[in-house]
Amino acid sequence: MSALRERLSRYGLVAPMLAYAAGIAVLPIFFTLWLSLRRQMPIFNISEFVGLENYRFLIEDPRFWNALWNTAYFVVLAVGLELALGLGFAMLLHQRFRGRGIARALVLVPWAVPTVVAARFWEWILNADFGVLNYLLGTRINWLGDPFWAMHAAIVADVWKSTPFVVLLLLAGLQVIPEDLYRAARVDGAGAWQLFRHITLPLLKPVIFLVLLFRSMDAARVFDLIFVLTGGGPANETETLVVYSYKLMYRTLQFGYGSAVAVATFVCIFAMSMLYVMQLRKAWLVKS
Amino acid sequence: MKRALGGLLLVALLGLMLSFVLGPFVWQVITALKEPAQLSQLPPLLPEPPTAQNFAAVFSAPGFLRAGLNSVLVAVLTVLLAFALGVPASYALAKLPIAGRNPILATLLCLSMFPAIANVAPLYLLFVQLGLRDSVFAVVLSHSVFALPFTIWTLTSFFQEIPDDLYRAARVDGCGHLGILRHVVLPLAAPGLLSVGLLVLIFSWNEFLYAFTLTATEQSRTLPVAIALFPGLHEIPWGEIAAAAVLATLPTVALMLIFQRRIVSGLTAGAVKG
Repeated sequence: MSALRERLSRYGLVAPMLAYAAGIAVLPIFFTLWLSLRRQMPIFNISEFVGLENYRFLIEDPRFWNALWNTAYFVVLAVGLELALGLGFAMLLHQRFRGRGIARALVLVPWAVPTVVAARFWEWILNADFGVLNYLLGTRINWLGDPFWAMHAAIVADVWKSTPFVVLLLLAGLQVIPEDLYRAARVDGAGAWQLFRHITLPLLKPVIFLVLLFRSMDAARVFDLIFVLTGGGPANETETLVVYSYKLMYRTLQFGYGSAVAVATFVCIFAMSMLYVMQLRKAWLVKS
Repeated sequence: MKRALGGLLLVALLGLMLSFVLGPFVWQVITALKEPAQLSQLPPLLPEPPTAQNFAAVFSAPGFLRAGLNSVLVAVLTVLLAFALGVPASYALAKLPIAGRNPILATLLCLSMFPAIANVAPLYLLFVQLGLRDSVFAVVLSHSVFALPFTIWTLTSFFQEIPDDLYRAARVDGCGHLGILRHVVLPLAAPGLLSVGLLVLIFSWNEFLYAFTLTATEQSRTLPVAIALFPGLHEIPWGEIAAAAVLATLPTVALMLIFQRRIVSGLTAGAVKG
């Protein structure tokens, strides 16, 4: 009897959370899957089952492929730059100098800035007529209105906002590398580059993988930044998957097709993270 | 000589790094302090003289204060909800034999990987049905979609670090689970709770997609939504946008600078151990 009571009280701690999470987070995902099989336009009272029709349309929809390409381009370039810059920043902040604590705190500031606000910052810096960037460079480029520059402007803004997170994880990784390894290598006459190449980089590899995984997953669902900065324009040149899906659902009220694009988005993100995890496992197998 | 050069290089690189990181923020503050007429001319870079009129305008606009209040309400309620459900569950998952513990944790991790767009349409339609759309509560409930999995993952890893002996001793003394949670686990894990609470607060304060789709009027809009929708019908009020943006950033940046250590440990516990 008391064993039963003990059991009840134990599972009673977890059950409310499970029930709630199932209701608010798991069921909606299935509902999205179900919606993606329907034509659903609330204001016209249209609600009918259409099977895989939305997905057939999706495969032929050039705007979907454009959004997928834009998303991939954004992820690769933004995350690549964030890793490179983040590694540099982390190495710099790992040095010993006076005021290091303050410098480490200040570098994290952009991470705490709401993404919408970060987009507003950059929108003003990049303003074609009154922007400070054109003033400093002596140019008159319409950064956000030009098909080529708009995407790269969004990438720069994302790099600004997200590099701190990369720095934070890499710095934590650097701090657990034993100082002795460096000392021993220095005694053997290794130079700075060799230390980096043969000690820092290999030992940091697991953290780098994690950083890439987290940041890629996050960058693939970019929305706020692009929505505020360019709205997906000019001419859909910066429209990513989530922006497209959002517009379908809330601008044109096509909840069915919009859900199909949302499903495609998370399938892509899932496939990408599986690739990463497989690589990660391979790296671990080689190590052990 | 070589050492002095190295020091100089370090200072130069640090200077470059900090100007990239802080530049956009500083520029926004400068912009916020300029008179509207000065915004369309460069140089001068600095406001002459600095004016507080943009800040005054933002504060006198009723929508902004309301949005600030909504943001505070949403963030605090999101933390409370995530803690109410997450703390007991994390304690059980960390310390007690729970069947299906690993699948539960794995599912929660998967949930935190889903993009918000995968959830937002059903939640929107649900809240419309319940008449909850355009309320602060709808935003709080939607924020728990990411707040709860994050809370549980991170707290479970913090709770696991509490020595088993302490918990066993309390158990032998006849303490029930809730008693142990209150008298043993919570005091010991207080720094961890602070970390997680701060992070959830910041995530919720910054969140946009849910808050944007689930709100419709000023009565429930949060700050990011208000700033994204800043009126731009005729002439874009750049100075006021700058002032609003700076004000919306101050709370989270202040928390970040004050509690840097706690926030870093929360993020790395959630990320590296996971």
